[in-house]
Amino acid sequence: MAAGVFTKGLCGFRQPRIVAAGYSCSGPLYATATAVKTLPLQTDSTAVTDKIQNLPLEMPDFFRLSELFSLKDLFDARVHLGHKKGCRHRLMEPYLFGSRLDQDIIDLDQTMEHLQSALNFTAHIAYRGGIILFVSRRRQFGHLVESTAGDCGEYAHTRYWQGGLLTNAPIQYGPGVRLPDLIVFLSTLNNVFQQHVGVRDAAKMNIPTVGVVDSNCNPSLVTYPVPGNDDTPAAMELYCRLFKMTINRAKDKRRQMELLQGLSPAGLTPGSS
Amino acid sequence: MAASGGRTVGSFLWKCGNCCFNFNTVSSNLTCQVLSRQLCVSAVLHRKNLAAAGPEKFSEEFIKKQVEEFNIGKRHLANMMGEDPETFTQGDIDRSIAYLFPSGLFDKKAKPLMKHPDEVFPKQRAVQWGADGRPFHFLFYTGKQSYYTLMHDTFTKALAVEKHQDRLRGKGLFTQDTKQISLVGSRWLLKEELEELLVETISEHDYARFIQLMERLLSLPYCSVEEDFVQRYRRQLEIQSSKQQVQPLQYDQHGVAYSTGDGRRKTATGTVLLRDSSSGSISINGTNYVHYFPVLQDREQLMFPLHFMGVLGRFDMQCSVSGGGHSSQAGALRLAISRAMLSFLSEGQVETMRQAGLLTPDPRIKERKKPGQEGARRKFTWKKR
Repeated sequence: MAAGVFTKGLCGFRQPRIVAAGYSCSGPLYATATAVKTLPLQTDSTAVTDKIQNLPLEMPDFFRLSELFSLKDLFDARVHLGHKKGCRHRLMEPYLFGSRLDQDIIDLDQTMEHLQSALNFTAHIAYRGGIILFVSRRRQFGHLVESTAGDCGEYAHTRYWQGGLLTNAPIQYGPGVRLPDLIVFLSTLNNVFQQHVGVRDAAKMNIPTVGVVDSNCNPSLVTYPVPGNDDTPAAMELYCRLFKMTINRAKDKRRQMELLQGLSPAGLTPGSS
Repeated sequence: MAASGGRTVGSFLWKCGNCCFNFNTVSSNLTCQVLSRQLCVSAVLHRKNLAAAGPEKFSEEFIKKQVEEFNIGKRHLANMMGEDPETFTQGDIDRSIAYLFPSGLFDKKAKPLMKHPDEVFPKQRAVQWGADGRPFHFLFYTGKQSYYTLMHDTFTKALAVEKHQDRLRGKGLFTQDTKQISLVGSRWLLKEELEELLVETISEHDYARFIQLMERLLSLPYCSVEEDFVQRYRRQLEIQSSKQQVQPLQYDQHGVAYSTGDGRRKTATGTVLLRDSSSGSISINGTNYVHYFPVLQDREQLMFPLHFMGVLGRFDMQCSVSGGGHSSQAGALRLAISRAMLSFLSEGQVETMRQAGLLTPDPRIKERKKPGQEGARRKFTWKKR
């Protein structure tokens, strides 16, 4: 009897909790209503951001990157020099022009096209505020790559690659970390002449890659391979200079677009500098 | 009686509370059945894996709150002790806490503590990226950003020095004899100190690489340009001899300089009165040293400090010694003589005495006997069966 009295009293106490639980359970019912309310307020800013984001996609070479390099520049920087015939990778054969005295020569016409598309892609990523990670395991050029990344405001990794960097990122860095949106390999091999782990990991994590592939590299997992020499200082300095200029151009363009759109919400003619 | 009654009511209520709870979960189950399915999980899964979480993390607001509480508490403490809150130092806080909360515990860390939160909570890294998710540091994705930045900066400086050298070579002004950075009396930062500086853990290999790179920078002839940078990673060595307390010379009524010293070895203690009289007579406990120490080894021990400094016939010694055996008495007197001699010597000579080991008391004592063994080390005879 007494027990019954007690339970009733305590039930009365506890009832608001059930009601609250009921509300939390039916949360989704209210969410749609709020979403409907906020949409009309955002149309202006979203329309502007959509315009800023989609405008470069309408033109093939919005950032005019073809004027940054020419075939002669590539030749002078010795980009066409590959390794000896014995080091040749089977999958690199389509990119080779031929071989002279057993040294493979990379076809610079193909390199021009690939480099153009790779730089264009990088520019678009940088324009949209993506994180670009420069990777190279060559000790000779590590400092150069890090300085390039620091100058563009992007990120570099020219050190020992810890296994779970991309695949185990929330544990290694902390929850809520943002992974790179593009990885640029200035040399796809590591110090023991095997493919860099980052190529495979980026493919696993659906991160697009741009990579300078020499005649002893495997181009299959790289999204935008650029056949070229990765051993000569002249060639590496050329690549670093090109990537730095592309990224800076893209970021400046973005800032320009935002300023102009901010000043005049009315449209802008495409291709204006 | 009443207390026992209360206890039973309490336990009764608790039991009812328990069944009430069960009742509520059942009812909430019914109401939420349409939208959510309550999973029945055992208590094992609700337990957190404490080991996997790593060291405890404190948020920035928590630390800020702790700092505010500490400052307010400091002022309250000052008021309690009747001191001025404005000029209340950490030393005053420590003394007040020791007075208000006297603790007989041995371990310092177990005693009550009131220190600034920065000293209590370990330094932690704040969130490394901004609102848009972009990390602040360009080497963030390496995992060890501070260490690799340090390596990068050191290498940049080495390249700059080499470039400077090349420019001088081009002008024809390059010389090998340039002002070098003095490394005497300082040491490189230890691995623990470097970790503290970088707020990051580094491995032995990384530390070795860092030292290698710094040495490489120092090997360049014109490295004195980067002296400030290099000195930041060096620590001054303390001069051990400066820790020696040298008693000032005393003069008796005839104007003869004298000094005293005492030393201990095993269980023997000895005191010595050195007089600068150029007679060279030594008496121990009233008897001549030759009669007191018939063994040559003991007399050699006695003479060694004087022989080492080359002042054999200069001093007149009056020693008294007790305890121990003849060897330990000789050792005790040797230490006493060395200590007494310090007042007569210069700084450099004190340092040579210290390096010779004359001023170090011998810490060896008789090791205790352990149970289950015949002596300190000797075990009982092992019998196979």
